[in-house]
Amino acid sequence: MAARWARPVCAFADGVPSSEGARGSRVRSAVASAPGVSGLLVAVLLSVLPAAGAGSADAERGKALYGQCKRCHQAGSGAGHRIGPHLNDVFGRPAGSLTDFEYSPAMKAAGSGGLVWNEATLEAFLADPRALVPRSRMSFAGMEGAGDRADLLAWLRVFSGAGSDLPPAEPTATPEEYGLDPRLLTIPGDPEYGAYLAGECTTCHRGDGAAEGIPSITGWPRDDFVLALQAYKRGKRVHPAMQLVAGRLSDEEIAALAAHFSRDEDQP
Amino acid sequence: MRQEERDMNQQGDRSGLSRRRFLGSAVAASTVLSAPAVLGKARPRAVVVGGGAGGATAARYIASDSKGAVDVTLVEPTRNYYSCFFSNLYIGGFRDFASIGHSYGALAARHGINVVHDWAVSVDRDHRSVGLAGGGSLSYDRLVLSPGIDFRPESVPGWDLTQQNRMPHAYKAGSQTQLLRAQIEAMPQGGVYCMVAPPNPFRCPPGPYERISMVAHVLKGANPTAKILIVDPKEKFSKQGLFEDGWQRHYPGMIERIGPEFGGDRVEVRPDSMEVVVDGEAMKVDVCNVIPAQQAGGIAALAGITNEGGWAPVVPHTMQSRADENIHVLGDASQQGDMPKSGFSANSQAKVCAMAVRGALTGSKVFPARFSNTCWSLIGTHDGVKVGASYEATDEKIAKTDGFISKTGESAELRKATYEESLGWYDAISEDMFG
Ligand SMILES: Cc1cc2nc3c(=O)[nH]c(=O)nc-3n(C[C@H](O)[C@H](O)[C@H](O)COP(=O)(O)OP(=O)(O)OC[C@H]3O[C@@H](n4cnc5c(N)ncnc54)[C@H](O)[C@@H]3O)c2cc1C
Repeated sequence: MAARWARPVCAFADGVPSSEGARGSRVRSAVASAPGVSGLLVAVLLSVLPAAGAGSADAERGKALYGQCKRCHQAGSGAGHRIGPHLNDVFGRPAGSLTDFEYSPAMKAAGSGGLVWNEATLEAFLADPRALVPRSRMSFAGMEGAGDRADLLAWLRVFSGAGSDLPPAEPTATPEEYGLDPRLLTIPGDPEYGAYLAGECTTCHRGDGAAEGIPSITGWPRDDFVLALQAYKRGKRVHPAMQLVAGRLSDEEIAALAAHFSRDEDQP
Repeated sequence: MRQEERDMNQQGDRSGLSRRRFLGSAVAASTVLSAPAVLGKARPRAVVVGGGAGGATAARYIASDSKGAVDVTLVEPTRNYYSCFFSNLYIGGFRDFASIGHSYGALAARHGINVVHDWAVSVDRDHRSVGLAGGGSLSYDRLVLSPGIDFRPESVPGWDLTQQNRMPHAYKAGSQTQLLRAQIEAMPQGGVYCMVAPPNPFRCPPGPYERISMVAHVLKGANPTAKILIVDPKEKFSKQGLFEDGWQRHYPGMIERIGPEFGGDRVEVRPDSMEVVVDGEAMKVDVCNVIPAQQAGGIAALAGITNEGGWAPVVPHTMQSRADENIHVLGDASQQGDMPKSGFSANSQAKVCAMAVRGALTGSKVFPARFSNTCWSLIGTHDGVKVGASYEATDEKIAKTDGFISKTGESAELRKATYEESLGWYDAISEDMFG
């Protein structure tokens, strides 16, 4: 794995940097700042980074941008893992290192290969998640503006190193936001039936959780899974293929699928 | 010993009904008698012929869902499966050849499937055994046939398999696909690529037209004065509005289609002189991609389960052959109703079949069949479209219940997202089949 992380760095050291500010160079910079890479290179590379996190970043704007992350992540007091891991104290954390979250194999490998989340690596990841960690489970195409990324990181910083004095974590999805009956979340699901029904999902969503162009759905919390499918079923989330699939699933079948794909141990 | 047991079973009960009862009780008995010798020998046996979209998926799901309770053998002559899906993208230069090749290693190593690289050449339905080209035979309790397609002889006068190097079909992926791409690259400036399109029903309804798009994409870059001619016996074709709109936007003036109203259904080819004769009028072309009329892969006819159209009718609920309940037929070879012949469909049918086979052989729970399909096509760079539907099993056929299709005039952003989705699908279905 280490070799993989090292490769782009070598290309850079060979004197073929891509144009400054281009996506490629940003990604390489971030990779280079992983431990195990020569300190000199890191220093050189960091100097090409935009001044993210500097005084100019606007955490309040970042809070609004964070709305895009909220469907999958929680941050704040009482935050837990949802579709993605919680984001408390993410700065300084090696990638894929929280033992109670089921990361993609790619993210775990990135972590053992030396990727640590800091200003530079997070900035690169937000710009193009799949360029930094190919086959990561994070289903996000990337955030284009460098200013937006800096603002978002300024907001995320609030949740790192602040101890317990944090605003409460917000839920990732609620029945209310889709106008759904909360009782839909309490229907018990038969995982054996779910395993059969899942065959319809795994033609497009990889069973092992890696994702490339189509989001991963393995290991989702039961509630998020039920809410997402119910929202498609009722036309509150829009995607023709998903609306077609969810449209003919009964409430019990959705519960069965949630039971199959979720990592929650207990039935509701 | 196993063979003896099998022979006994066969003598004891020929009819499917009593056969099923026998298997049911055998499983019950073996759980009571916990003697491992009995358990080991009593493993029911599924043989799958054809390691493509239908067969690889079925083998994998029967093996992994039964957790070893069913002995699964997969018979497939090639060591690497080159998928037809995304083979057009290889022709268009959007994929490299290696990326559409898949090995059977994980099916053997991870799922314990006995992978036999050989051709099935006969099926003895009375003794439930499959003969192999390399000699020997495999006995089965359930046989799954997913052999894909073969070409109907004489469907395009002048063309037969001996001409496939001069006029490739590239409708079974592999060296044919590479050959067609090489021929397109070698076309003289301003030359003519001609496709003789197949009549219905055939594998992948949008496939020929996605191919036209990919050929046009290549020629637009390397040979912009070249022309593309489609000789088509069909009045209309899949996603026609979307393709024609895309061709006009990306490749104006390059593509011409001769439908049946102008003789597209009266075509003959002359491989020696590289001529295509449409309605009596001969034209010289530089590349001629002949996609003949199709029928089920030959082994289905050898098993005696095909109809006059050359396809194998099946019971929608289980994908069992209508002619023999110990045989299931999947994918392109089957005649099932409304589903298009696609890799997605074959994969979807395989899961229903795997559940039915497992239920019959081990007594596991059987849930109602459900099917779905989505076919993505690439028209130009980042210009992806899709069509999809869901289906249910009725006694008569697999019947479409609902569907969707991309629209003309969609934003470039949506088309790009659709293309990216297709990459995710390819990645996922490959893992679902071979992972
Ligand atoms: C150009 C093109 C593009 C396509 N694009 C798409 C697409 O985008 N999406 C999609 O879903 N589908 C697509 N398809 C369709 C798809 O490839 C087929 O529908 C699918 O492969 C059918 O699966 P199958 O299992 O029936 O047959 P196959 O996948 O063809 O598998 C059959 C296998 O059986 C083996 N076999 C045959 N006879 C024997 C025998 N006697 N003994 C042992 N083994 C045998 C063959 O070697 C082969 O490996 C496309 C097809 C083409 C031609």
